[in-house]
Amino acid sequence: MKRYQLSAISYPLVVAGTVVLATHAPTRLSAQASFDRSKAPEVPAPPAFTMPRVQTVRLPNGLTLDLVEMHELPLVQVDVMIRNAGARMDGALAGLATFTAGMLDEGAGTRDALGVASETAYLGAQMGTGADWDNTEIELSVPKRTLEPALDLLADVVLRPQFRASEVQKQRDLRLANIISARDEPGAVNGVVLNALVFPEGHPFHRPAGGDSGSTARLDSAAVRGYYAAQFAPERTTIVITGDLTMAEARRLVTARFGGWRQDRRARRDPPGIAQLPPATDRATRIFLVDKPGAAQSVIALARAGVERSSPDYYALQVMNTILGGSFSSRLNTNLRETRGWTYGAGSGFAYRPVPGPFRASASVRTDVTDSSLMEFRREIELIRDSLVDPVELQRAQAYLALGLPGEFETTGQVADQVGELLRFGLPFTWWNGYVQQVMGVTRADVQRVARKYLDTSRMTIVVVGDLAKIRTGIESANIGPVELRDVEGRPVR
Amino acid sequence: MALFTSPLSRWLGTALAIGALAAVPPGRLAAQAPALHLPYTIDTLPNGLTLIVHEDRSVPTVAVNMWYHVGSGDERVGRTGFAHLFEHLMFMGSEHAPYPAFDRLLEAAGANNNGSTTEDRTNYYESGPRTALPLMLWLEADRMGWMVNTMDSAKVDLQRDVVKNERRQRLENAPYGMAWDNLPGAIYPAGHPYSWPVIGSMRDLSAASTADVQNFFRIFYAPNNATLVVAGDVDPAEVRRLVRQYFAEVPRGPAPDRPSTPAFRLSRDTTLVLEDRVQLPRLYLAWHTVRGYSADDAALNVLAYLFTGAKNGRLTQPLVYDRQVATNVFAGQDGKLRDGDFSVIATGKPGTPLDTLQAIVDREIGRLIAEGPSIRELEQAMNALEASQLRQLENVDAKADQLNAYYYYTGQPDFLAQDLARIRAVTAADVQRVARQYLQAPRVVLSVVPQGHRELAAGRQGVTP
Repeated sequence: MKRYQLSAISYPLVVAGTVVLATHAPTRLSAQASFDRSKAPEVPAPPAFTMPRVQTVRLPNGLTLDLVEMHELPLVQVDVMIRNAGARMDGALAGLATFTAGMLDEGAGTRDALGVASETAYLGAQMGTGADWDNTEIELSVPKRTLEPALDLLADVVLRPQFRASEVQKQRDLRLANIISARDEPGAVNGVVLNALVFPEGHPFHRPAGGDSGSTARLDSAAVRGYYAAQFAPERTTIVITGDLTMAEARRLVTARFGGWRQDRRARRDPPGIAQLPPATDRATRIFLVDKPGAAQSVIALARAGVERSSPDYYALQVMNTILGGSFSSRLNTNLRETRGWTYGAGSGFAYRPVPGPFRASASVRTDVTDSSLMEFRREIELIRDSLVDPVELQRAQAYLALGLPGEFETTGQVADQVGELLRFGLPFTWWNGYVQQVMGVTRADVQRVARKYLDTSRMTIVVVGDLAKIRTGIESANIGPVELRDVEGRPVR
Repeated sequence: MALFTSPLSRWLGTALAIGALAAVPPGRLAAQAPALHLPYTIDTLPNGLTLIVHEDRSVPTVAVNMWYHVGSGDERVGRTGFAHLFEHLMFMGSEHAPYPAFDRLLEAAGANNNGSTTEDRTNYYESGPRTALPLMLWLEADRMGWMVNTMDSAKVDLQRDVVKNERRQRLENAPYGMAWDNLPGAIYPAGHPYSWPVIGSMRDLSAASTADVQNFFRIFYAPNNATLVVAGDVDPAEVRRLVRQYFAEVPRGPAPDRPSTPAFRLSRDTTLVLEDRVQLPRLYLAWHTVRGYSADDAALNVLAYLFTGAKNGRLTQPLVYDRQVATNVFAGQDGKLRDGDFSVIATGKPGTPLDTLQAIVDREIGRLIAEGPSIRELEQAMNALEASQLRQLENVDAKADQLNAYYYYTGQPDFLAQDLARIRAVTAADVQRVARQYLQAPRVVLSVVPQGHRELAAGRQGVTP
């Protein structure tokens, strides 16, 4: 029963300047106190953060190994990252990258799916596989004492997946059932419909990374084998290791298992270039309603294409979004939850990807305030475009981003994730070392500039999943934009 | 409820000290537990506040973790959901830190905060740079000692609305959400402290008054009903000094009266059917078991792992892999402070009668009782459970919460060695015995089916797998 939690938005940071806290009006001072309880304790500048050192070697077959030594606990994290086409595939094969990733550990080497799972657990290890639009990742967390047999298992999964037709069919049927089940979740439906409308057919973000029912039904072992052969190659692979290991050990262990890996060049396929992607939709604001009869709440979202991760506007956008909807004290949450009591939480965020992902501001709101909530979202977005933010608000957002950074580098998994993010976006390993200064340098004018550049309320795609009979009239008379009906996968409803 | 995110029960997802696994060769159970510990200091202020400090200098962060020993189990019929509503009110300002200072000051220090409520306790926590420790302690002290007089009906009304929205988001508007509204009252008899959901009913939330809030605070939010853990990059002596500075003035409260927990046995099966706006039918089986950390709790947790801890689990394999009639299955022992329950939750493929799932579950329970788990299965369970404990030690927030949990449930903040030892001590015969004793007793059978498809519900006769 936690209080509102922000989803999928995390901010790292380091610290440079002293943070000055806002002071409060003094109140009654207790007679017994030997100090002034009415004054909040000051928070001195925390120690400066430095990105942990990343050691890098490249094996003769083109595979890269990056290591961060962390010796506090006898644990090792191994992330195998393979840059590939991901969902930059033909729409008919949407979901193939994530499906292939999911199949890697459903039988590998000499073990079947259950054998891989059983052996992993027996070794005290945890293994996970996944993919997104440009990257396949296999993660292993293991106590150091069982590292060697666990790496054998990992090598089987990466290099010797079985892709048996019977297992492919089993997992495809499971995925189809899960896609059907996800239609019951109004938040998930909102996301699927929104992406289908913000990004046109042919764009990788048009369909979910996991595919839709149509593309999933077409998956078979030939497609999976073809994707694996074309996209998995040592030259495209980086193994990120964090934990209780030295480079000499890491190099020996990885070379023994991955040093002989070669891709069959005839199978290689390079993904289509980013420039060939169709641009995101940028039309006058429209509202799309998805009916969920009897829904107790409406899930509302305002969206448009945002920005790529490598944008020079990244820092100003992070600060702007923290103020708008990226923290508990943000304007959206303060307005819709803390002032009006219409929702359990409201927020916003940019999905940073190699090409612009969606910006999304959203909340689950009480049915009878659906149209009023849309108006408040629009009002808050317009406000941050039209007026300079308060200096105290700016300072708080900067500090929130900048001072929390060490906490993002605590566990082996977190450090591996941070290294992985830099790798994926082609940023140097020293990138975080400049982050604090960049964030602290953002001005009120910068915040307004990026709000104006990226948050145009006259060109938004708005999706509402709720009880149509109760919300439609109110939304139409709010006069925000033309209203259309859609089904759970974004198709027009007559 | 961590339905599909974690297959482990609460207490198992916790901490284990450095070096534990290094002492155990792969695949062999250690003859005796290695010496594990989560080092701490403990002392109690004159007003009854207990302070536990754990030093971990690996990163320059600090975690402050306050447990008030009050949960929904301390509520009364007609005022359910109150402990959780109160949790929300604790963020609404206090005399020296009026709303909205709490969140704003912490954000300006680069710190995060939150709270949570269970049947047994309410926790509040902050984490951030180590330099924010005095601020965190000052804020926690202020809402313990200088909050109740700032409470008013406007704050109560506002957070009541927020909590109602939380309930809508988690229950009414979430697929299968209403199962959580129905299970507690089906497992536990009327009046039992666990017979209502933590979030409470809409009617009771509407009935809560400002006077109720103030009474609740005076009974339960006293320093002698709380424990405070500070963990991270700190000097323990300095922590003790700061805690005394900020908290010493807060007066001791009366010792709260606790509701009695009636002993009971389910005398017959309870069969419930809910129609919901869902595509796939889902089966919930629930049995009355035992308190957390009591004699059979460890064996029940190992049993849960054997059922669904990995793909080769005794329920996962037949349901999801061999017969392919389910999309997922979860088993867990939920041993709470005063009582406990064990549940199996399985989601059927489209159109699958839930009797089919139930028959397979029953067959597998019977097979486990007859054959017992293999040595290899037990070793897999022990190794997996131990390793997940080791991973929790990476995180200072998790360690702080674990120290508080161990202290509350066992009386010892550092219960690591004993916790692992009791898991290691579980034998195949123990697993067989608890499966027979608890899972072949009367139970709750709850079916959630797509609207208009009651024919998929479990509890009909004549179906065999």
